[in-house]
Amino acid sequence: MAGPIIELDNVSKHYGALAAVDGLTLAIEPGTFTALLGGSGSGKTTALKTINGLVIPDGGEVRVSGRDVASEPGPGLRRRIGYVFQEIGLFPHMTVAENIAVGPRLAGWAKPETAARLAELLQLVALPSEVGARLPAALSGGQRQRVGVARALAAKPAIMLMDEPFGALDPVTRDALGRDYRALHEQLGLTTLMVTHDVWEALLLADRIVVMDHGKMLADAPPATLLAGHPDPKVQALMETPRRQAERVRAMSEGSA
Amino acid sequence: MDPRIQAAWDLLPDYLGQHVLLSASALLLGLAISLPLAVAASRSAAVRWPALLLASLVQTIPSLALLALFYPLLLALSALSKATLGVGFPALGFLPSLLALTLYSMLPILRNGVAGLTGVEPAIVEAARGVGMTDRQRLAQVELPLAAPVIMAGVRTAAVWTIGAATLATPVGQTSLGNYIFSGLQTENWVFVLFGCAASAGLAMAADQLLGLIESGLAQRKRWRIVAGAVGLVVGTLAALAPLALANAGSGSGPAPARYVIGAKNFSEQYILAQLISDRLRATGATTQIKEDLGSSIAYSALKAGEIDVYVDYTGTLWANVLKRTDNPGRAAVLAQLTQQLKQRDGVLVLGSLGFENAYALAMKRSEAEALHITSLDDLAAHAGQLTFGADLEFLSRPEWASVRDTYHLTFKHQAQYQPTFMYRALTSGQADVISAFSSDGRIAADDLVVLTDPRHALPPYDAVVLISPKRATDARLLAALQPLIGKITVEAMRAANLSVDRDTDKATPEQAAQTLSPPP
Repeated sequence: MAGPIIELDNVSKHYGALAAVDGLTLAIEPGTFTALLGGSGSGKTTALKTINGLVIPDGGEVRVSGRDVASEPGPGLRRRIGYVFQEIGLFPHMTVAENIAVGPRLAGWAKPETAARLAELLQLVALPSEVGARLPAALSGGQRQRVGVARALAAKPAIMLMDEPFGALDPVTRDALGRDYRALHEQLGLTTLMVTHDVWEALLLADRIVVMDHGKMLADAPPATLLAGHPDPKVQALMETPRRQAERVRAMSEGSA
Repeated sequence: MDPRIQAAWDLLPDYLGQHVLLSASALLLGLAISLPLAVAASRSAAVRWPALLLASLVQTIPSLALLALFYPLLLALSALSKATLGVGFPALGFLPSLLALTLYSMLPILRNGVAGLTGVEPAIVEAARGVGMTDRQRLAQVELPLAAPVIMAGVRTAAVWTIGAATLATPVGQTSLGNYIFSGLQTENWVFVLFGCAASAGLAMAADQLLGLIESGLAQRKRWRIVAGAVGLVVGTLAALAPLALANAGSGSGPAPARYVIGAKNFSEQYILAQLISDRLRATGATTQIKEDLGSSIAYSALKAGEIDVYVDYTGTLWANVLKRTDNPGRAAVLAQLTQQLKQRDGVLVLGSLGFENAYALAMKRSEAEALHITSLDDLAAHAGQLTFGADLEFLSRPEWASVRDTYHLTFKHQAQYQPTFMYRALTSGQADVISAFSSDGRIAADDLVVLTDPRHALPPYDAVVLISPKRATDARLLAALQPLIGKITVEAMRAANLSVDRDTDKATPEQAAQTLSPPP
């Protein structure tokens, strides 16, 4: 193993007197799927954005593939890292195809290569090819988020950063998209770091869960380990909810059967 | 066709071409300045507030004043550049109009530009950064395309304002559709006034519709609308400019004949005399251009700077405004001293008096003057408290008024200011009892008015004199052509000529009136 692909080394970010991220240290191995779990104000989104330079930390160092991210301009760094967020931010004046092809275009890909990649991506995110000619306004929420994922994947990044990517979708669509994305993650050998406040999503999708609170890390373990019990009472309380809910659902289905 | 409509049509290619040239240049220049400024302002609050404040401030200055203010400013700059670099530039006409209108066009473009650019959704901006766009790429590929419809709406507003305000370029010596309106108002040629209004409104509406086509094309992402609007604008502009280009190409071939620029202020007598001077110069084979509707103070500075070659002014005006004198040594002494001092000070040649006075005088309706037994300003002072005074737009701020007021202790019940045509209407309709009249005005005889005598000599003499610019002061052809006019125009002849242009019916054009004044060869 070549070592971690993403490293946060004692990273801090303050907004005025408030520490959004407070001395966070974290190493992500290539090919893993990690969830950053926490409530609002826990600093999980800020920590994620220090990795692609959308937030510049005021303490510590962030390394991607062993290299300090502060050592190169942001745009170049971001072209190598996929980024998906809840509001998606599809460009409303561009067609779906143009939206997806933004990354390859910025990277200066040849036209035939881009066209082939576009067809491949639409298939990958399970969208019919005729969607490419439509404007984002003509799509459903789930379709739009699939386009967002396709756009992030277009320039073949090794790393995907996802900020509440499926947060605004209905439960059925959300579950389908989550499972589809997890399959893509395996298939493409991606390293995924996903911010979420939803314990179920973290448990069901990730290999590893990092729990954050007030800018600090509370726990860092595989889902099964966390469910089995944790010394921190906040983490314990966080994991209690899905356990109890799961039992109630199981009891319900057994009772009716 | 009515001959006045025919005359208006004949002038249209020149007026419209100049109007389009001026407004299109001002709009393009305004865009070139405002768009980068809007981008800077949308990214930095430190730029935004000063820029918007300044643009709003400019908007509060009445456009006519803004246009007029640029003239002395440019004159000073031109003198400075002449002194330091050896090259001056014309401070009259196109340049001051262009600069004032450019400033005028900036606010709507700037305001809509800032609104459009800052109105782009934060999520879209984040996505643009997230996919790795640089600031410049984000601006060009995302923010500008999304803000384009809002920016175009600002450009439409700017276009309509600019085309409308360009009519006010006439008084600073730039020909525009405003020439119809200014001279029409002055000579009560309502056909001209309406024609000018309709032409500039039509032009503004056409530009607005074409820009609107582009705006809706941008908003609905319909390329044909954008192309149609742009093609319409380009073709329309080129068609309007074609007569100007043809005229320039025509004058460019062969040896250039001497070309004289004749100035005229904004009233009928000035139009007639400018035409008279023009006719005499053309008779020598020279070509001429008349810059009419110049502001009173602009005319003299323009002559001094050589931007006009010749115009007619009045001794009392020069005495007070140029020499800043308030005394009154008598008609002959004023003319002699002016001739000597203008030559010495500014190199301006006073060729001589035309033979009549156009003096400021106070006038009343004969019936009212007789009823109150008023024949002189002394008599008027006793009744002034019950009377309303109607003055033209500049009289109340002139030293002559201060002199009359203080000498005779005049305090009127009420004072109002009118454009001269409406001042006479106010007198005949009884809204004013006393007006500031001009002694050569044809309406004095026509309306049966009494000119009040000035026993204490509070009003200086106003002999009409021909002034020649320093650079033409030794131009033999010019001097020979104009010398025969000196001392040959009587006040009766001038009144008759003025009346023929000013009266309501059977109006003559200034060109026709000028012919009645032309002395036999």
